[in-house]
Amino acid sequence: MFTGIRTALAQIDSTLLRRSFRDSSGLKLNMDATYDRPFLSLGKLPVSLGGYAEANYQHLGTDGVSEGHQFQMRRFTLFVASTVYDRIKFLSEVEFEDGAKEINIEFAALDLELHPLVNLRGGIVLNPIGSFNQNHDGPKWEFIDRPVSATEMLPATWSNAGFGLYGKAYRRDWIFAYEAYLTNGFNDFIINNPSGRTSLAAAKLNPDRFEESYNGMPLFTLKTAVKKQRLAEIGVSYMGGIYNKFQDDGLTLDKKRRVDVFALDMNTILAKWGTALNAEWAWVQIDVAPTYTQQYGRRQQGGFLDIVQPVFRGTIAGLPRSVINLALRAEYVDWNVGRFRETGDPIGDHLWALTPGISWRPGPQTVFRLNYKIVRQTDLLGNSPSRTGGFQLGISSYF
Amino acid sequence: MKIRFLYLLPVFMVACTKFQPAAPADDQVLDGPLDGLTAEQRLQFLRGDVAFNNEVFTKETGLGPLFVSTSCGSCHAGDGKGHPFTTLTRFGQVDETGNRFLQAGGPQLQHRAIQGYQPEQLPAGAAFSRFTPPANTGLGLLDAVPDSLILALADPQDTDGDGISGVPNWIVPKNYVRPRVGGILRNGRAIGRFGKKAATYDLLQQTAVAYNEDIGITSVYEPTDTYSGEESDPEIATQKISDIVFYLRTLKAPVQREANSTQIKEGREIFITAKCAGCHRPELRTGYSPVSSLSYVTFQPYTDLLLHDMGNELNDGYTEGSAKAPEWRTPPLWGLGLSRNSQGGKYYLLHDGRAASIDQAINLHGGEASRSRNNYRALSPTEKQKLLNFLESL
Repeated sequence: MFTGIRTALAQIDSTLLRRSFRDSSGLKLNMDATYDRPFLSLGKLPVSLGGYAEANYQHLGTDGVSEGHQFQMRRFTLFVASTVYDRIKFLSEVEFEDGAKEINIEFAALDLELHPLVNLRGGIVLNPIGSFNQNHDGPKWEFIDRPVSATEMLPATWSNAGFGLYGKAYRRDWIFAYEAYLTNGFNDFIINNPSGRTSLAAAKLNPDRFEESYNGMPLFTLKTAVKKQRLAEIGVSYMGGIYNKFQDDGLTLDKKRRVDVFALDMNTILAKWGTALNAEWAWVQIDVAPTYTQQYGRRQQGGFLDIVQPVFRGTIAGLPRSVINLALRAEYVDWNVGRFRETGDPIGDHLWALTPGISWRPGPQTVFRLNYKIVRQTDLLGNSPSRTGGFQLGISSYF
Repeated sequence: MKIRFLYLLPVFMVACTKFQPAAPADDQVLDGPLDGLTAEQRLQFLRGDVAFNNEVFTKETGLGPLFVSTSCGSCHAGDGKGHPFTTLTRFGQVDETGNRFLQAGGPQLQHRAIQGYQPEQLPAGAAFSRFTPPANTGLGLLDAVPDSLILALADPQDTDGDGISGVPNWIVPKNYVRPRVGGILRNGRAIGRFGKKAATYDLLQQTAVAYNEDIGITSVYEPTDTYSGEESDPEIATQKISDIVFYLRTLKAPVQREANSTQIKEGREIFITAKCAGCHRPELRTGYSPVSSLSYVTFQPYTDLLLHDMGNELNDGYTEGSAKAPEWRTPPLWGLGLSRNSQGGKYYLLHDGRAASIDQAINLHGGEASRSRNNYRALSPTEKQKLLNFLESL
């Protein structure tokens, strides 16, 4: 089956945990983002440390109403990685959001390489749906806000306790990878939440989700990605399972109701201009009882496209590896695809956004960003959209 | 590299408000407080605003099990009129003798249910009517109109011979409502003024009943769960209800657009000469109110708060309080031109949203409004347009 195909190291090389983090092989995919981070080793300590922080200033307003000048420390994330044995590694990512308002273990998994195509991963894993969920570190992006579709629809960062397999192979310029996990899954919060719309992200309101499955049914996540070097990487992913508590204490409460998510992602660099393109689009389907309000959508879709154009490389403020980028993000999310039963008219509840920006990277691990955000949010009934706009200025850096 | 641009940062921070979307003009939106509220009153208004527009109920916070909507704001987007998606179905009462379907879930159908429950079905043989949620604006002014003024506008015997004989809806007040200053009782009944049939006494009753019948939330005022029929602990704080009542009471009145344009003024004259103003009274005046912004104010709601027989055209065979089935309370016309802003860009007018335009709504008038409707039909196209422009400006 794999005749003529050579295996690549799906796990990151152990040495990368010492100091190097650069991808010299060109074999990196979005799935490698978890380990594709700068780590520092201290003396003979058996662990490598790393992390990143994000802070920003913003002044946004919606229809003439503004919260004024806001200074925010959005994230402070710590990584701890260790090579237990040559082919057994552990990595954890602990994130403090908005000060210490939220403290999350986003990733904490042990990896065992049985074969480059068969690696076992267990612990708290990032479900590989789309690309952003695994590749979410702030310093990698030219935009202060995370994509709405990726964070509020999919919902990055989305991690769960579970196990799975992953592997990677290549042949000449082609790289192929897969990931497959069984984890704990969603819960009723996705259609029973204070945001008033179907929200996969609301599943994170369940504080017990790392401790026990809500309904005893696993969530299956599968991703395959293919990359042609110097051309593009394309990922196809699926995540699905039963989300509702259909039985309790042996008693049937409801039929089993599924949530299914499909996602496509793509990234490339146009060689001629050095323009980086990064896109993700996802479709969500939720089995909601017909007797429940249509306010909670049965289908959702959305995605984003980032265009980043380097316009200057050289020395700025004595930093010789500086790069200035112009960037543009286009986003769209339809929280409720469908039509009202009462009128046959399309249900609203959608959003589009454009974020032009400029960034200065004094080095690859640090980015200063200036964004202008334009958002139009249409309500459920399809009334004239609310208009949000304003500047954001921020810094994000690995350390 | 010079870093002088850093000195520009404060300038940038000050200037950035200039690059944000501006607020819509005051006459283009329905929400916002009355002028003249004290700081304390503004705080309570804000608390009520958040509870009304932002709070979405879930199973955990008391939603249902049977319900129509999950929040106040979802029925009144931007404090405007509702949409067929949130239209209520009321059933069970065919005349002024009372509702015969209270034991079968009346008077309101909860046609949605949280997962695992079955929603209510309309009982066989029950008369029903569909009610589009009304706009919220200016409710405090309507609330502060003295009963004596409403009675003075009534003309049950049509003594002036204009074909219009408005009557109040005499209702049995809930035991928790607070009689208004100068409130008039007749045989233990009080004058209702809110709702399509004027069957609601005041904004406290409106709020407590809406929480209960629309969202399935029990309170100290309405403690009976609509699913089980049994009393339960309050699922909402009494203070929050007070905040929402205050919010509704102190929402501003809609601001008329282009009021000084000649076309609009001429349209208003046609409105009066066509006798539309016989029921849609252009001006009312409040009496005393503990909120000074509401005390002794003359305002332009275009209603008389009375019931009028609208004929078979609008008779659904269902009613509330002492109203007869073809009788409807004159709906205020203020804010009419902004209705589409909360109805998904379309008009859904009259009590159940059956009229897709103002012209259609006028043409569906009957009964006491027949003469005015005929006057409207007799207008020239130019005059009709002026009248419609005037109504759109409200």
